[in-house]
Order: sequence, then structure tokens, then C-alpha cells
Amino acid sequence: MSNTISIQKGLDIRLLGEATTEIKDIPVSRTVCLSPADFHGLIPKMVVKEGASVKVGDAVFFDKKNEKVKFVSPASGTIKEIVRAEKRRIVQIIIESDSKQICKKFKVKKISDTTKDELLDLLMESGIWPSVKQRPLDIIADPSNEPKGIFVSSFDSSPLAPDYSFILGEQMEQVQMGLNALNVLAEGKVHLSSRPNSAFAKMENVKHHTITGSHPAGNIGTQIHHIDPVNKGEFVWCINIQDVAAIGKLLQSGTVDAKKCIAVTGSEVSSPTYLNIHAGSSMSDILKDNVKGENVRYISGNVLTGDQKSSDDYIGYYHNQVTVIPEGNEYKFFLTTGWLGLGFDKFSNSRLFPTFLLPKSKKFVLDTNTNGEERAFVVTGELEKVFPFDILPMHLTKAAITDDIDGMENLGIYEVAPEDFALCEYVCTTKINIQEKIRQGLDLIASECM
Amino acid sequence: MKFLEKYLHKMEPHFIKGGKYEKWNPLFETLATFAFTPKLVTTKGSHIRDGVDLKRTMMTVILALIPCLIFGIYNTGHWEMAVSEANRNLPYFDMMGAKFLNGLIIVMPVVVVSYGVGLGIEFLFGMIRGHALHEGFLVSGMLIPLTMPADVPLWMVGLATAFAVIIGKEIFGGTGMNVVNIALTARAFLFFAYPTSMSGDKVWMSGLSDKMASNPEAVDGFSGATALGDLASFMSDKATVAGEVVQSNVAVQSFSSEYSALESFMGMIPGSIGETSTMACLIGAAILIFTGVGSLRIILSFFAGGFIMGLLLNAIGGNPYLDLPAYYHLIIGGFAFGAIFMATDPVTASQTATGKIIYGFFGGFLAIMIRVLNPAYPEGVFLAILFMNVMAPIIDHYIVQANINRRLKRLKTT
Repeated sequence: MSNTISIQKGLDIRLLGEATTEIKDIPVSRTVCLSPADFHGLIPKMVVKEGASVKVGDAVFFDKKNEKVKFVSPASGTIKEIVRAEKRRIVQIIIESDSKQICKKFKVKKISDTTKDELLDLLMESGIWPSVKQRPLDIIADPSNEPKGIFVSSFDSSPLAPDYSFILGEQMEQVQMGLNALNVLAEGKVHLSSRPNSAFAKMENVKHHTITGSHPAGNIGTQIHHIDPVNKGEFVWCINIQDVAAIGKLLQSGTVDAKKCIAVTGSEVSSPTYLNIHAGSSMSDILKDNVKGENVRYISGNVLTGDQKSSDDYIGYYHNQVTVIPEGNEYKFFLTTGWLGLGFDKFSNSRLFPTFLLPKSKKFVLDTNTNGEERAFVVTGELEKVFPFDILPMHLTKAAITDDIDGMENLGIYEVAPEDFALCEYVCTTKINIQEKIRQGLDLIASECM
Repeated sequence: MKFLEKYLHKMEPHFIKGGKYEKWNPLFETLATFAFTPKLVTTKGSHIRDGVDLKRTMMTVILALIPCLIFGIYNTGHWEMAVSEANRNLPYFDMMGAKFLNGLIIVMPVVVVSYGVGLGIEFLFGMIRGHALHEGFLVSGMLIPLTMPADVPLWMVGLATAFAVIIGKEIFGGTGMNVVNIALTARAFLFFAYPTSMSGDKVWMSGLSDKMASNPEAVDGFSGATALGDLASFMSDKATVAGEVVQSNVAVQSFSSEYSALESFMGMIPGSIGETSTMACLIGAAILIFTGVGSLRIILSFFAGGFIMGLLLNAIGGNPYLDLPAYYHLIIGGFAFGAIFMATDPVTASQTATGKIIYGFFGGFLAIMIRVLNPAYPEGVFLAILFMNVMAPIIDHYIVQANINRRLKRLKTT
């Protein structure tokens, strides 16, 4: 049984540089990276020292708050360097890969014979658990909580996002195995949402939801809100569909598959395409000979929520996409390309720019310029247009800015993640970094109320 | 434009911290960011941003005010000539060039004083606080002259602007932080501080007050009354229309022949500089609504509120003012101007979608109520909007509370 949810509010930002439907393989990078900084709020405890040799699936560090949650090496080789920042905070573990790529073998049983606790232990031991996130707080799920459901979105609606039904077209069996495993964890409350006529509609052991509408229709937060919203004191878990397939592969073979398929996108990529890479690969390997222009920004993830990276950085743990767009660090004369220009090159949700006149097929090249300076909130009603929640985005943001804990709780902070506010941040006239403010609000809630 | 950019680059070191003209940085910043969108890039969160910024938004409001300004200039010029010829029935469309020029000479100084004083104070606060000019005053500076009577002394405009910017806005923290509308604060300040200069029959036509003082015979028998002034007299024993005493049973008829609906709609009647033409206001409304800068909810509900109050008064009846057709209320005085440009100020209006409808409705409703039933003030629009500005947070509070209650209810049912 599938129920259809139509998302009325939102915005599809039409960017140039969508990946073509072919998948290329690249060899494993000389160095790969596992970065504790990818996991918000995590305090890592190292298991290995510099120079130690590791296999794919060997624990590199664990979560100080829960020793069972392991973070494993995506490649076999030696630990080359543990990069620390101020106060000896560990930010990166660089692993020099060898040519053999030996995998650690885990003991797996048939899913029908596996208990929930056994499965949890396996997922934590094999390093797949960190890919399961929880709401509220948008952090790695706490396995000791009882989730009221596990949510999986089979599509990503963000700009230039990878098409999972294409990536996972050959791996439907593994996806089904992964969903079966989630079904054991959630005791029958697994929600899978898809676009109409999706290949994932034939998956079993899940509750199907069909979602229509523009971005953020594919965001898990939007779907949870419309399917079964989170109340105070409740927890839901969510996991990316590609990681569901990884669970399936683990159960099938007993080894961790550190490969993943990513989309290489953006207007500054010469030939946007899909790549099979090793998790934690370096940006320079991913984008080798494939970048136009000099003055560009490398983003691990999509343009709305991704992380800025330098060319010698590495792709983030949760990201299935790399985007390259031009930097906007130049003055723009106000009458030509600046604030009072005609603005046919700008993509705007407001009618102050002629975007609405242009055909839907027109794709835009957008740079990183903020297109204006930061101001106080003046314009009202614009955030609401792209925020398909029964939550008042401006009021919640203001509560977060003012550290108003009661206000945040009342206005629905438990339901949201920073990524849900990405479009609000995009359209906002004030140029305030709303995602950052929401994250600070969530941190405050985590320290005071959880 | 490369040379200008190069020049700015060259000058920039002098104005940043430690430079020769460090304290003039806000002025430099303002001019530089006016000429060029700065090279700021995103550092956190979304890597790309929408093209809109506050400058473009405010510029759109100014654009929407242009029809009111141009018509206001012509109308002021027309009535100035009517005064000098002591003829209220001067043909409206004669000698258009001369009238426009006359109007320009009268209106432009008011605009210049408003912007000069306001921007000066804004820069001062910018220098104290160390930030460039925030764009809010660009609109307020245009709204203030348009709400003034034509004969207002310039020093009053300056004083009112200073009061509005300092007390109305800067002490609250500047653009986006004010509780009540800046332009209406200026208008209210003058209204209560200098009531004789802001109401009565002399001030609405340029030159009339001077002429009456120096040479009363020249304008003997000439009335400078406005539609609202006449209507206010309907509430008393002696109803007058354009200076003539009329019988109360024919008062509405003679009123509508003096101020026909078409003339009132077009704005060919005496009144504040920019407010008389409902037509020009509606052109502005079209721009604001189309671009989404002005809230359709507020504008429509404001008109609805005024119209319903008008109908209610008709139903009560009993004297000529109460019997005035309800639609007349929407096209005379500053009703349309207030609904379209004042009530929609997003900072001081309600911020929630439902709140905007309630806010607008009561704004219009109270405007007509004050206008008709209050003997002290011939115009009620600016008082009604100021009152609703103060009430807007309370309206929003209940809308937000309803949202919170929905969430709590969900928790209880699960």
C-alpha cells in the first residue's frame, strides 16, 4: 500500500552540470581519509596508532560516548597520519592504501535467524552504524533508543543530486536485504519514500510512500514531517538508500564494501558523470582533469548543504556527490551584474528578478557570491514559501539565534535538521547563515534538554 | 566601470581599520556597496544564494512610489495655481508644464530635506555603531514627504524626520528593529506637536497660508478645504462643502459634486502631497504585489476592513457623514496610500500569513472608524496603522501559539 504525499512548497534550483548517465570506475586513491569532523558532536577515541596496518573494515577509532560504535577504515594499508587541530582535536586520519585491498571478514547469519541485538552489534562492529542518523538533533543514532520508525528516502531532490534508481539499478537485491535488516531493527516500521513510478516501489517489508513536488521533497526531514512527525521524547532513525545497499552487501558477503557511487556535478566540471570511488577518496582523484577554470569552489555534497573543500581534501562520509561551482569573489557593478542589474543570469525565487519569465529548461551557472550584505530580518513570508513544514521558519530561526530553549522546543526544533533550512537560507534576503544558527540551536538543545 | 573599481581598490586601505579615514568607513562602505555588489562569498551553509538583497527590495518600493510622487508634484502645482488665481474651479489639465514645474519647486525641497536629515542621522549612527547605511531609510525618506501637506514648513519636515529616525528607529537598533512605521511616526509627531500647521483648511494647498496671512482679500471666499475637512464638518451642526454652508439633507450630494468619485479616484483634489491619487497608489500596489514585496493579504484585507466599516456606518446612518457611500472612504484621504505603502511595511506589520489578514482588516476598519466617529482628527488612517503596528506582535503571538498548540495536541494524541 502506498500513500501519495504532495509537497506544495519548495524550490528546484536549476543548475548547470548534471551528471550524465554513465558510471566510471577510478582506482583507489593513494591516500584515503576518515574524518571524525564529518560526524557532528562526535568525540573520537583512537584504536590504532600512526604506522599501524589496517584492513578494510578494521576499526580506526570509536565513539567515546559509546565504545561499541566503531569507525572503520575504508581501505587497507597503513595509518599515515593522524591530523590534529587546536586542543589536540582529531580532524582527519589519513590512510595510505596498498594495492591489495584486503577486507576484514565479519560473521554474518541469515537475516531471519538474526536477532535485533545481534544485528545492532554487527552494524556497529562493521562501521556501518554511523550512517544511521537520528532525529531529533541530526546526529549518529543512539542504538540504545527505541526508534518509532526508520525512514529511507529513495531519491534526492537537491540540486544536481545523484539519481539513486540509476546508481542502484543493479543492486536491488542488496537494497532489499538491507531493508529486511532495517525491518528487524524497527520491528516493522520501515518507511520508504519514492518518486511516482520508481524502481523502488516493488521493495518488500516496508511501508511505501510516494512523494511529489519540488525540493525539499526528497529531504528525509520533509518526509518524516508528513508521514509521522517527531514529537518531544521520540526518536526516528534515517539512513541513505546507498547505505541500505551497503548493509545488504555486508549481510551477503560478510565484508564491508567501501565502494560507493557518487555524482560529479556542477558548472565547472568539464564532463559531469557518475564515479565509483572508495569512501574517503581525495577530491583531487575524484576531479582529476575534470575541472574547468581556476577560481572555483570544490564542494563535497550538494550546493545547499555540502562542505567546502580544498583540492587536497577528501570527500565527506555522508556525501554521495561532489560539486564544483565558480567562486564569486569579485565586485559586480550595480547596473550590469550587480544588485540593480536586469539579472537574467541570477536564479531567484522572488519576482524581483526575471527568473520566472525564463523557460523551465534554462539552467543557471551560479557562483558563491552572497549577492548582498547581511541585514536584519525585514522581509517576511519568503522563508515560508520554500519550507513545507507546519513550522514557522523565521520564528524558529529567531528562537535559535536568541538561544531561546523554550521557544525552540515549542516551535518544533525536534523535527528539523540544518539541511531542512538550506532553501530558506538560499532565498533569505538577510543573507544570514540560517543552517549554522539552527545547528547552534540543536547543540544547545542537546546539551540542555537531552 | 573598471576604472571606478580600480579607484575603489585604491581608496579602500584608507577607510579600513587603521587607515587615515577609518571613521568614515560607513560612508565609504555605503557608496562602494551601492556602486558594486561586494565580493563577499558564502562561508557557511548554502554555497549559493538568491539574487535578492535588501537594496533591490527597497529600490522596488521606491519605484512603486514614483507614480504617487509624480502625480503629487503635478497636483501640488495645480492647487498652488488655484490659490494664486483664487479659483477652486481652475481647469485641471491646463498649462500642465507650468503646473508640474510649480509642483517640482514646492515638493523637491521637502524630499531633499527628508532625505538629507534622515540619511545624515543614519550615517551618524552608522559611524557610532560601525556599520554601513542599512537601506530602510531609502523608503522612509520618500514616504515622509508624500504624507506631508503641501504647505508644510521645511524645518518641520527636518524635525519630524529627525524625531522619527532617532526615536522611531535607531533607539530600537536600526532597520528591521523598529516597532512602528518610521514615516507615520514623522507624520504623527507633526500632527501632535504642531496641530495648527498640520490640519485645518490652510495647509493643503501650497501658498495658501502665506497668502491668507499677508493679503486676506486676495483669497477672500476661497476655501482650502480638503474632502476630509468638509466631511468632518458634516458631523457638526454646520455642514460645509468647499467653504459653502450646505443643508444637511443635500450635503452628500453637494459633496459628491465637489469631489466626484472619478476626481477623487484620480486624485485631482487637495490633500497631502502623495496621498490624493488612489490611481497612482494602485499602480504602486500592482508593482508591490507582482514582485511580492508588498503583501497582497494586507492590502486586500485593509481595503475590505475599511469598506465593511463604511457599510456599517451607512447602516447606522443619521447624519450626512455616516450616509456617505462606503466606497468613497476608500478613495479619499490617505486610505489607499496607507493601505498600500504604510500598512505593508513588513517590519511593523504582522509577520505570519494569517496574522497579516487580521492586521490588515482591523487597520482598515479602525481607519474609517477614527476618521468618521472621532471629532478631533479628520484623518484616521495613520493613527489606525500606528495602533495596528503596536498590536501586530500580539496578533502574531496568537498565531504562533496556535501553531505551538497544534504540535502539543499531536503529542497528546499519539
